[in-house]
Amino acid sequence: MARAPGLKVTPSILGGAFSTVPPPSPREMTHAGPLSFQDIILKLHAYWAAQGCVILQPYDVEVGAGTLHPATVLRALGPKAWRAAYVQPSRRPSDGRYGENPNRLRQFHQYQVILKPSPPDMQTLYLESLAVIGIDAAKHDIRFVEDDWENPTVGAWGLGWEVWCDGMEISQYTYFQQVGGLDVHPVAGEITYGLERLALYVQGVDSVYDLAFNEPGGPASKTYGEVFLENEREFSAFELEVADVAVLKRQFEDMERAVTHLLSKTGHQGQPLVLPAYDHVLKASHLFNLMDARGAIAVAERQSYIGRVRELCKACAQAWLALEDAGG
Amino acid sequence: MPQLLLELFSEEIPARMQAGAARDLARLAGEGLALAHLTFDDLRTWAGPRRLTLKVEGLPASQPDRLEERKGPRINAPDSAVEGFLRNTGLQRSELLERDGVFWAVIPRPGRPTAALIAELAPDIVRRFPWPKSMVWGEGKLRWVRPLHRILCVLDGEVVPFSIEHLQSSDMSEGHRVMGQAGPFRARSFAEYAQRLAEHFVILDAEARKATILEDAQRLCAAKGVSLVMDAGLLDEVAGMVEWPKPLLGAMDPQFLDLPPEVIRTTMRSHQRYFAVARASGELAPYFVTVANLETEDGGALVAAGNARVLSARLSDARFFWDQDRKATLESRLDALEGVTFHANLGTMRARVGRIEILARRIAPIAGADPERAAFAARLCKADLSTGMVGEFPELQGVMGRYYAIDEGVAEDIADALRDHYRPQGPADAAPSAPVSVAVALADKLDTLVGFFAIGETPTGSRDPYALRRAALGVIRIILENRLRVRLGDLTAMATPPDANPGDQGLVRFILERLKVMLRDQGVRHDAIEAVFASGDHDLVRIERRLEALTAFLANPEGADLVAGYKRASHILAAEEKKGPLSQAAATRSAEPAEEGALFDALALTGPVLDAALEAEDFHAAMAALASLREPIDRFFEAVLVNSDNPRERANRLALLAGVRNAMGKVADFSAIAG
Repeated sequence: MARAPGLKVTPSILGGAFSTVPPPSPREMTHAGPLSFQDIILKLHAYWAAQGCVILQPYDVEVGAGTLHPATVLRALGPKAWRAAYVQPSRRPSDGRYGENPNRLRQFHQYQVILKPSPPDMQTLYLESLAVIGIDAAKHDIRFVEDDWENPTVGAWGLGWEVWCDGMEISQYTYFQQVGGLDVHPVAGEITYGLERLALYVQGVDSVYDLAFNEPGGPASKTYGEVFLENEREFSAFELEVADVAVLKRQFEDMERAVTHLLSKTGHQGQPLVLPAYDHVLKASHLFNLMDARGAIAVAERQSYIGRVRELCKACAQAWLALEDAGG
Repeated sequence: MPQLLLELFSEEIPARMQAGAARDLARLAGEGLALAHLTFDDLRTWAGPRRLTLKVEGLPASQPDRLEERKGPRINAPDSAVEGFLRNTGLQRSELLERDGVFWAVIPRPGRPTAALIAELAPDIVRRFPWPKSMVWGEGKLRWVRPLHRILCVLDGEVVPFSIEHLQSSDMSEGHRVMGQAGPFRARSFAEYAQRLAEHFVILDAEARKATILEDAQRLCAAKGVSLVMDAGLLDEVAGMVEWPKPLLGAMDPQFLDLPPEVIRTTMRSHQRYFAVARASGELAPYFVTVANLETEDGGALVAAGNARVLSARLSDARFFWDQDRKATLESRLDALEGVTFHANLGTMRARVGRIEILARRIAPIAGADPERAAFAARLCKADLSTGMVGEFPELQGVMGRYYAIDEGVAEDIADALRDHYRPQGPADAAPSAPVSVAVALADKLDTLVGFFAIGETPTGSRDPYALRRAALGVIRIILENRLRVRLGDLTAMATPPDANPGDQGLVRFILERLKVMLRDQGVRHDAIEAVFASGDHDLVRIERRLEALTAFLANPEGADLVAGYKRASHILAAEEKKGPLSQAAATRSAEPAEEGALFDALALTGPVLDAALEAEDFHAAMAALASLREPIDRFFEAVLVNSDNPRERANRLALLAGVRNAMGKVADFSAIAG
């Protein structure tokens, strides 16, 4: 498995090799064939919307994991209840394979659910959501396997599991305990589905590029490859070979300075500019990932870079929490 | 007699914590009951993926009644003080006792009902439970390993009512998450509880789950003419992940069988928790056993097929590493070790390999190895750390080095050393015995020990983050099991760079101390160990031989008698030495009394025999030589008065005793022997 750089959730669900299993038999499905990639998303949207989640759009800054969306990292802090679900394209520059590896991608998609406070029936809700996308817990061996989650770059950790379906990891399930180095209360529960893995499983195909993106067989049908293969090819070259390390390094330092600067400024209602500052933390962490993919981070520097991003994130977390506690 | 049943039902408890949790529950309950003066006949606990269960049999209905004595004011104290005491105790003046001029109240305390005490004890156990890692959830403050959902607490058929935050105790529990669909069930006794669990597809007892897994797995394998590769640690873990174990035999794509078996087994075990399956010849068979947590309508076919495809993807990853790694030679990987820090103050892994290489060349002659071969093996011994496979499976370090070395045509003894220089890795692991492996293994461990001692990172108490005790024990076992003749100080000196502070005395002492601990653990007499170590010998093989002979000698009555004679002699000498230095003159033979002459003769006869035996390191012969002194010494003490009025006689007799002490002291420090 690739060691995913910098900002990440548990690497196994993000950067690891996807594997496939036979599709559920058609009678398990609520409609004729297995769900397409986008149908899985739509089904999950409908399901989680019915659970009171606000359905958000992907965050428009490059991130390595759905957790880093401010709807998770920042909203996990403070006293307010919050339920959200969204898809997050997640960029892992080091995992690029030029579109030549059927199981490894430099960008893949996470379906992210955050429930705060975590409800007592959260595991049941999760299992129901699997049934909605065609995975029946009575026919498959669904297992909650210990996996403590930690993200040192955002000073976050939680306890939970990786969820296995017939031996394949399909989700990460976590009860946050700290974010930005701060204890969280009430506690947010987070579920992260690896969408490509789920789709490979549900559709029973061997290559991610062969996945049916929308309804297969029709005149408008597209495969995952038709949608994303060119993206993989070009960005792999950019991220692994072409990106200008000197520029990345300079931009990293600019972002670092911007965070401090923004947190020292106030908006018209007197608040610190936490959300813009946090955007710059995300940019800094992605720049770090890019430098890492270019092989420009020496082993000895690595911890220092991660520590720098963590400090920036902590500063944002503290400012956000102050704002939340003040009822902002 | 009332029975207590307590079940703590939660979301999935990590498998590795379950056995400890069962022990902690038993301990906390036992302590709590004792503190509440509640006796019981039997206490048992169980742990599984979603529940901890406690059963206590034979509790009393209530605590025994007690009398509480409370000290009051002095008898001559003002009335107001006495009245206050009466108010506090609720007694009449006539009920007070007088003892030594003080009022005492003796208040009967009827025992409280057991149920009331359990209602306090159970929440206390939950709140104090020592999980290795615990968490909060939802809006609560209660900590548990994962969210806690139900507390079943029943005493003698009745619910013991209490609540912890939002959780209210009850007589309800749940069965298997998927198969136990009948919903929550009620249980008012352990018998009922056990029956309901079985009906709801839960095996409560971890040992029973393990037995089921093993039995079913072996049966599945036997049907295919293959056998399960037993893995006790994996069995423990898997039994902690399932409530209704259902082993399934899956097929592995045979094309992967050309991967090293360690790679296949590690992939199965560490990623997927599968058991490997072997043919009668011992080679891996193209199957695996996974343990599902449920029965399905299709007999597990879909689950087994799904697992098989996951395994193929995992093994494809392993094959990718295997193919990629072999594109670069081990030698060419040395540069990559520049980028790996061994320890902030001890440089990079590359620097460490350089040191091990020099050291292995120096040690080689001691191990009977060719210095160049040992140095070459040492040079490659950490190269596999930069391979993809070891990056993925750190536990395969060394093992992969050996495979890659053989693949590139490195000689077998050198390739073996890449694997075996990490050994022994524990008490059950053999020390290497091939000369090149021995040289590299010693060099590896000594570099670690000398390095960390030089920067002051020595173990303290239970803290030994760099596993220096294990490294020291490794050095000891390699030396002893291969009978290497070398002084410890010479070895540590070889590992110490010339410009470094020769701080190796601490290290030599540390290693000798580990040897003492090892010997004591083997059951060797403490006093014999002390007697031998007092010699200051650094040759571990000689220490062991000497100790073996001494232990055998002390085990027979003659040896014990000789020790008594030795002690008598040395006490007399010590008493005389307090008065002033003894004459250094050698004893001379005196004809009278005969016993004095006899001892002189015995010493004269023994001396050369003893020296020859010691020279030959034949410690059994040395002990036999000493044994020949026993009778003359006993007779001497019986017949001869050492403290003669005649100063010349006295001096000569003392000199004889000093002769005995010196002779015996050449073998061991007998003053350390008990008795």
